[in-house]
Amino acid sequence: MSESQTDDSLSSARRGPWRAAFHRLGSPPFFYRLSGRLLPWFGILCALAFAAGLYGGLVLAPTDYQQGESYRIIYIHVPAAWMSMFVYMVLAITGGIGLIWRMKLAEVVARASAPIGASYTFLALLTGSLWGKPMWGTWWVWDARLTSELILLFLYLGYMALQAAIDDRRTAARAGAVLALVGVINLPIIHYSVEWWSTLHQGPTVTKFDQPSIALSMLVPLLLMALAFKLHYVVSLLARVRGEILDSERRAAWVEKLLVES
Amino acid sequence: MAEFLAMGGYAWYVWPAYGVTAIVLIANLLLPLRHRRHLLRQLRTIARQRTHNGRP
Repeated sequence: MSESQTDDSLSSARRGPWRAAFHRLGSPPFFYRLSGRLLPWFGILCALAFAAGLYGGLVLAPTDYQQGESYRIIYIHVPAAWMSMFVYMVLAITGGIGLIWRMKLAEVVARASAPIGASYTFLALLTGSLWGKPMWGTWWVWDARLTSELILLFLYLGYMALQAAIDDRRTAARAGAVLALVGVINLPIIHYSVEWWSTLHQGPTVTKFDQPSIALSMLVPLLLMALAFKLHYVVSLLARVRGEILDSERRAAWVEKLLVES
Repeated sequence: MAEFLAMGGYAWYVWPAYGVTAIVLIANLLLPLRHRRHLLRQLRTIARQRTHNGRP
């Protein structure tokens, strides 16, 4: 164990400082300590972004001329939907890294991301439904956008069920990574669904960067809320990863030391 | 204030959306913190028992 560690650090030092830094970040005790120090700061930033975004979105932003006040659901619906896809990308990429390089931390990040991503997907579907009822007259339609987002939720739930069903964490991580990578095909389908198929769902408003069809006073709070959701992901991911690291390293010497110290 | 809460007649759609979102987001922060605290307590108890039994 200690021999292979020395080997590792020697060869990584020879390969350059970037590689060494990467290896260091990937070491569980180092990441545990670093994330513990960073967590409160990200938490404060997250709270500030939410405060600013909510004030801008619920109070300052004007009423929509077509949808009245109901459009204010956009400030949680769109960030949740963006994050549902972003977290899935993280899940697939870290899963892939774990699969190829057997990097433990990447596996832990993938495992910890799944329930967070699932909850964003759930929120995107729920808030969309609550927005759809007054605007479209229905809670749900089986159109491409809504159905592919529902499939995303099932991909997350399938991943989590797989993790729970396989006792050995490393085997579970590998099996989950394959599932996550296959499921990536769903992401472009979600994104382009509103262009490829006719749908009740409105087309993209923000990502048409040449000419976003949304007023600045509505756009700024939306971007603030998107930032807040991203920070929320960082905070809850770090919190989850710390728990996972502690659990899987419970027999390691550094954890025993930590228990004595604190 | 009443006008703000009424959300132009859409209160029954807007506020549940915000309410459930708040609950889910906060739960996502609290559950892992609680899990870690729980785990630390459990590991500490195991470590104490081991020293009592005289094993290193």
